[in-house]
Amino acid sequence: MKKKLNTLLFLIVGLWFIGCHSSNPASQQATENVTAPAASASTANPLDDKGIGPVQSVQLGAIQPELAKKGETIFNEKCTACHRIDSRYIGPALKGVTRRQAPEWIMNMILNPDVMIQQDPIAKQLVGESNGAVMANLHLSEDEARALLEYLRSVDDSSSSK
Amino acid sequence: MKPKIFPQQKQLIPLFCGIITIAGLLLSSCNSHSSGGQGAISAQEAAQQVYVAPGQYDEFYAFMSGGYNGQVSVYGLPSGRLFKIIPVFSQNPENGYGYSEETKPLLMTSYGFIPWDDAHHPELSQTDGIPDGRWLFINANNTPRVARIDLKTFETVETIEIPNSAGNHSSPFVTENTEYVVAGTRFSVPIPQKDVPIASYKQNFGGVLSFIKVAPSGDMDLAFQVMMPGFDYDLAHAGKGKSKDWVFFTCYNSEEAHTLLEVNASQRDKDFVAAINWKKAEEYVQQGKYHEFPGTYYDNRFDTSTQTAHSYVHQGVKVLIPSECPGLVYFIPAPKSPHGVDVDPSGNYIVANGKLSADLSVFSFDKIQQAIQQKQFDGEVNGIPVLKFDAVLAGIVKSGGLGPLHTEFDDKGNAYTTFFISSEVVKWKLGTWQVEDRQPTFYSPGHLMIPGGDSRKPWGKYLVALNKITKDRYLPTGPELCQSAQLFDISGDKMKLLLDFPTVGEPHYAQAIPASILMPRSDKIYQLASNHNPYVTRTEKDAKVVRKGKRVDVYMTEIRSHFVPDNIEGIYLGDTVYFHVTNLEQDWDAAHGFAVEGNRENAELLLMPGQTKTLKWVPVRVGVFPFYCTDFCSALHQEMQGYVRVSSPNDNVALTWSTGKE
Repeated sequence: MKKKLNTLLFLIVGLWFIGCHSSNPASQQATENVTAPAASASTANPLDDKGIGPVQSVQLGAIQPELAKKGETIFNEKCTACHRIDSRYIGPALKGVTRRQAPEWIMNMILNPDVMIQQDPIAKQLVGESNGAVMANLHLSEDEARALLEYLRSVDDSSSSK
Repeated sequence: MKPKIFPQQKQLIPLFCGIITIAGLLLSSCNSHSSGGQGAISAQEAAQQVYVAPGQYDEFYAFMSGGYNGQVSVYGLPSGRLFKIIPVFSQNPENGYGYSEETKPLLMTSYGFIPWDDAHHPELSQTDGIPDGRWLFINANNTPRVARIDLKTFETVETIEIPNSAGNHSSPFVTENTEYVVAGTRFSVPIPQKDVPIASYKQNFGGVLSFIKVAPSGDMDLAFQVMMPGFDYDLAHAGKGKSKDWVFFTCYNSEEAHTLLEVNASQRDKDFVAAINWKKAEEYVQQGKYHEFPGTYYDNRFDTSTQTAHSYVHQGVKVLIPSECPGLVYFIPAPKSPHGVDVDPSGNYIVANGKLSADLSVFSFDKIQQAIQQKQFDGEVNGIPVLKFDAVLAGIVKSGGLGPLHTEFDDKGNAYTTFFISSEVVKWKLGTWQVEDRQPTFYSPGHLMIPGGDSRKPWGKYLVALNKITKDRYLPTGPELCQSAQLFDISGDKMKLLLDFPTVGEPHYAQAIPASILMPRSDKIYQLASNHNPYVTRTEKDAKVVRKGKRVDVYMTEIRSHFVPDNIEGIYLGDTVYFHVTNLEQDWDAAHGFAVEGNRENAELLLMPGQTKTLKWVPVRVGVFPFYCTDFCSALHQEMQGYVRVSSPNDNVALTWSTGKE
């Protein structure tokens, strides 16, 4: 544990992810992207950022309901300790995340949060906006992360075009 | 003020220089070469050999008994760095072992809950006579028990009590394939226990040697005991290779004295090594040639699936009487009060060191078998034939040292023996019985250890002497000093002193195994999905508080950096609250703690990822009491807290719980 303390002190900036751009809970529905302070991310299109991790490319087709259902189960078991769909909890609300971030970025954030929050410009930037709560690494498999992505897509699909 | 250098402290100078070298600050004024007598090796050379760079791993794990602290400490070799304390027979406030409801049963005995003991001899499980990295066994000396530690988690998973026994010292040594763990009594006692005059020792006292069967799963069962004369059974080792069916026990006090043993148990010139054929014993048990003796004992098992220990109480034990079982036991005369008994890697030589004799007696297994066949006996004791000393002796090591205790072996046909009184380790050659080298120790070594040094395949690279006295070795800490371990390089012809380091408690024996055997087996987390603790809370939505009469069960979760629930109301004075806490993390090294104010009976919890533990709390005051995470877990660790409200029984406060409600 103690080695972690050092890392954390070093990183104390705080650590968060997936598409929340404001520490103000009221603005959770914001559609503007993570543009502001960090210079490295200020001009690039966030959807071009695939993140850092095992996922290089994801082929998206029509939403697969069965996969989304599996993702919902995983979400309810493993993610709800920190996330809600419609409201900020410990981490950001996840509605709209599939329109804010690339699918690869979302999966890499799930699978490789420790590296993402240290090296990915958007993740780093989000860290500055969070309250320093860490994204827990739950050691999900790539299949599980893919199912979660499908669930989040289905949520965004059903919530139509905001 | 310049500290005064005592003569003995000269030995410190090279070591200090080594440390300075490590730090990369070459001290030009340091005359770092050995002042002689401690092995011809420079401090810089020694420092390089024990320096393990940041991020690098040690080559060996060494498990050292904690002696009177009842624990096992795990050190790296060659660095001498302490990695972990494994609580076994004593409560441990660091991780709540013996305080949490799940682990309390591991300390249950027929005497009740015993939260302390004296642990002496760690023993690694073996396959084909080679340490295999499955388990570590260790004895409790005071209230006789044997424990099994699972080396996937470095946690105690079983403790079994030994009935009809007292001072479980010659224990726990394993047979070649860990078929049995032995547990011989140091003290003889009335069997079964009864109220008799102590002066009736010779009529009423006996000593039992116990054989614990180890299942492939690791579970232990007391299989049988052998009733021996009322001597003190001191140490043991199982045979290997050709002698694999045998176990050897040393004994002292063959005089059967019961007072002032310092004098009265040192009368005879020779005591004995008891050689027991455990295969024969199995046959006799199968044939039903045993007696059922009374004896209540506990077997406490930790179920990793429920992460909970349970106590099972057993009655009665099968006891073999040697006079009724020909071929079961033979006595080998061994010089004056022998202590260690050690079997060489070939399994042929059995070394018994008479601690009140200067010489080491080495017996030959082949000659023992021959003597048995030819009935070369020198009388008998309680129906146990005594073999003729000269008929079974392979050789005598004339060492010139005093107080030989323990012997271990390298992979090159050499043996190493500690000498307590003359404070040295003596290296000698098997077969020639000639002394090859001797090195002084600081001071008075008990056991020594070579990784695999009691097995068929020693990794003969290092030797650790476990010293009993440490005066002037380290910064003084008042009258109570730490213990000392001393590391030698034994890869060459001469032993070279590399390092000494302080140890915890009073290490008796130690065993070590290459890290490469243990690391692939190591568990990093507990799978939440396989957590079948009856009080597990797998998701935050399952968190709840349940009242049943005056008992309140809190099903609580922890994840960085919050509890669910974190506000609990509706607890009353007079209630007993059980916090069942589950760590939802599935990330290595993401531990959480749990502590609540005013907990009189218990300490706190420390939970590894995926683990559930229960803390019992009996509130004694009305008020609002915080609970919090005790292990710095995240940037918001300090925010990881909650409150529990305790009301007077006269009030009317509804039972409610929540997290995140403003």
